[in-house]
Amino acid sequence: MSVPEDLNIDRIANLARIALTPEEKAKFAAQLADVLTNIEKLKQVDVAGVEPTAHAFPVYNVWADDVAQAGLSIDDALRNAPAQRDNMIVVPKVVE
Amino acid sequence: MSHAAMPNELFNKSIAELAGLLAAKTITSVELMQAVIARTQAVEERVKAFNSYDTDDALAQAAASDARRAAGQSLGALDGIPIGIKDVIAVTGQPLTASSKMLANFVSPYDATVTQKLKKAGAVIWGRLNLDEFAMGSSTENSAFQTTRNPYDLDCVPGGSSGGSAAALAAGEAIATLGSDTGGSIRQPAALCGVVGLKPTYGLVSRFGLIAFASSLDQIGPFTRTVEDAAILLQSIVGHDERDSTSFKTEIPDYRAALKEKKGPWRIGIPKEYFGEGLDPEVAVAVQKAIDYYKSLGCEIKPVSLPHTEYGVGVYYIIATAECSSNLSRYDGIRYGHRSAEASDIVDLYFKSRAEGFGPEVKRRIILGTYVLSSGYYDAYYLRAQKVRTLIRQDFLNAYKEVDAIITPTTPTPAFKRGAKADPLAMYLCDVYTIGVNLAGLPGISVPCGFSSGGLPIGMQLIGQPFKEADLLAIAHAYDSTHDWTKRTPNL
Repeated sequence: MSVPEDLNIDRIANLARIALTPEEKAKFAAQLADVLTNIEKLKQVDVAGVEPTAHAFPVYNVWADDVAQAGLSIDDALRNAPAQRDNMIVVPKVVE
Repeated sequence: MSHAAMPNELFNKSIAELAGLLAAKTITSVELMQAVIARTQAVEERVKAFNSYDTDDALAQAAASDARRAAGQSLGALDGIPIGIKDVIAVTGQPLTASSKMLANFVSPYDATVTQKLKKAGAVIWGRLNLDEFAMGSSTENSAFQTTRNPYDLDCVPGGSSGGSAAALAAGEAIATLGSDTGGSIRQPAALCGVVGLKPTYGLVSRFGLIAFASSLDQIGPFTRTVEDAAILLQSIVGHDERDSTSFKTEIPDYRAALKEKKGPWRIGIPKEYFGEGLDPEVAVAVQKAIDYYKSLGCEIKPVSLPHTEYGVGVYYIIATAECSSNLSRYDGIRYGHRSAEASDIVDLYFKSRAEGFGPEVKRRIILGTYVLSSGYYDAYYLRAQKVRTLIRQDFLNAYKEVDAIITPTTPTPAFKRGAKADPLAMYLCDVYTIGVNLAGLPGISVPCGFSSGGLPIGMQLIGQPFKEADLLAIAHAYDSTHDWTKRTPNL
């Protein structure tokens, strides 16, 4: 299966924030081309005047009462942090 | 060493049977839990269904159940019953991995709503069950940790993504389990492992505390040995939840009582699109025999048409991947989950943490989902898929003007060998009969209806009307309670 010309795997991987190896890029591009070719048949369907479905049973205007509730404790919130110090999550420097 | 399991062993009994034995004080919950632990320790090396389990914690829960019962404060049919949990559903203080390196060391800081509800019903929360990474797959081969085996043939897959939930139950390592179903992830493994699997109507069961894959399709549901057990377990997990904004406010009936009250005869639709090319002849025969049984009960069997069926897989793989690319953007190596040790700066940290933390199928789906949502392609793919989704949903709603339920095969074939579907597209096509139910938001149940000549289970799918689980379960029970397929156990 040939890769569609417009399937720019570098652009997509950049948008998705995933570093791909050259091998992954080649493999995924070919496999996705296969899947996209299968999906092409959706273009045969007449969808003129058809409303899109985002959820099978949409529920609207879901509001929560504006009441303060207990959240996670600091210990629980930081329990899974990859790095922490002084009750904060440590990240690489973002401003010089 | 052989571990041939007799059907009369405690670990092979149904919730309904065990609830009777517990209530009569013939057994204790601790004895039941010990039997399940012993069975698990005997077969788990071969089945590989669990990512983790905590025997001390389970025995403590069982002892608490026995204490309640002794004090005359039993909480009902589920009190003291060990229930396995798919490893995408949060249980406070226990690991929650989604079978991904990304969450290999994650510990849940809170309970999912379904976990809280099970605890309130007195169930013993027992272990976390393997799945395809982030529930993406149909075989559990995409798990980052291990491939679960089909208890009926260890060379075959158990199906997926909830393969651990189905295999553990079939192997006697739990009395019932919970899974999640986005495109067939409860029904397909249930069919392949010879157990009952129910995907409820979208919105009936809260998704709070379920690791999100595709939020407009995901739904939690039970794996059980009988349809009656499915009614019992469903009852305990349904209901409106303020913490899930898509949770639906609807009246909840008594599902178990409905099994007896609703007697039919029913009008049953048979969609020709589900019986065509690609359907294994043994599966076709087994499902036809089940349809003939309903006819013998006086049910009206009517051909119906679901003309947009052939577009289901395409629509699904656009919508599900689009939603997953958005949902999985939260795994960035910052607040929780895998963080790369190799990163040079913050942006590099995102790229490398995600590259190291996600497996190939998850990356493929994120890439596809990002593509179909990207500028210039949104209308052609995502918006069009949402419109065809409308047509697929209308197909079902039109059919329900004439019938009460629809019967199809759950899967095109019985369980396949490990490694047999290395090509992603071939794997995606496994879900052809189950996907439409998710796109339309309907309830669907897989019920065992036979075995192949090779000894592998076969399942039929009954599809019901929105929020009419009581009717769907009653129809399924009419077959299940008069056939003994679910009484068979694998020779492990």
